[in-house]
Amino acid sequence: MLLEGKSVLVTGVLTEASIAFNIAKIAQEQGAKLVLTGFGRMSLVERIAKRLPQEVPVIELDVTNAEHLGSLAERVGALGFDSLDGVVHSIGFAPQTALGGNFLDAGWEDVATAVHVSAYSYKALAMATLPLMEKGGSVVGLTFDATLAWPVYDWMGVAKAGLESTSRYLAKYLGAKGIRSNLVSAGPLRTMAAKSIPGFEKFEESWSDRAPLGWALTDTAPTAKAVVALLSDWFPATTGEIIHVDGGYHATAA
Amino acid sequence: MTKDEIVAGLAEILEEVAGVNPDDVTEEKSFTEDLDVDSLSMVEVVVAAEEKFGVKIPDDEVQNLKTVGDAADFVLKQA
Repeated sequence: MLLEGKSVLVTGVLTEASIAFNIAKIAQEQGAKLVLTGFGRMSLVERIAKRLPQEVPVIELDVTNAEHLGSLAERVGALGFDSLDGVVHSIGFAPQTALGGNFLDAGWEDVATAVHVSAYSYKALAMATLPLMEKGGSVVGLTFDATLAWPVYDWMGVAKAGLESTSRYLAKYLGAKGIRSNLVSAGPLRTMAAKSIPGFEKFEESWSDRAPLGWALTDTAPTAKAVVALLSDWFPATTGEIIHVDGGYHATAA
Repeated sequence: MTKDEIVAGLAEILEEVAGVNPDDVTEEKSFTEDLDVDSLSMVEVVVAAEEKFGVKIPDDEVQNLKTVGDAADFVLKQA
């Protein structure tokens, strides 16, 4: 099993359609011991967590809350985790005013929220869990290809560009501690997050046609498997990398 | 399970998840328009209903369940 004996913290489980839900499921199947963090609707996260193959503790984490971040390592430790081998960041948010074609009119406060929650939080989460990764570790996040301008994605796209850069800097600064930082750049998936982007179907139309391998909009397993692989010992010399799990879309022109 | 029992069960869930007054929950009420259940609360209502009634409500089906009666009929069919 890929994650035998490893302890992993997974953020971002909200529904069974969440990418993080499938990451947690496959990580458990691969032998990992997990702790989940949830945000906002904790009662929903707890109900969904019960649908994983094994029982898993859920703790609250708002990545913009300094107290939540400051106490995270202690709270995870109190659950019986001496250390963490991996951390999964599956968190992103932009106010509706910064999405859906409002690019030219979005104000800085809303853009700042998007960057704070979606990009800065990657560094904040890594630092909050650093005390538990003294033996090294793997931090993995999720992006949506930020090298291009997409329809309706707007400031979320800018935030993802920030996330991609943040991951490279994290790789640079934490490499000496044996901590890797990598992202998976997934194709469009019909999660709650995707449903909240007005006009998201514009992404969907061309994807399965253009991707050489095709693309299933509701199948989070390929993305989750890549995240689990990056958490494992099988990418020991890979950091600051972005792995595309998009059916090959990024590599082909129309 | 009768339809009335399912509606009563849904009322309990709606009260717990979204703070809806159980007296307001009747068959013809729309979740979003009459009972002000937002999209995330609706997800939790569905998850809680699956657990309570031992059924599976697919994502694609949820958009067709506009009213409490729609949901009760769907559960009745599956149970």
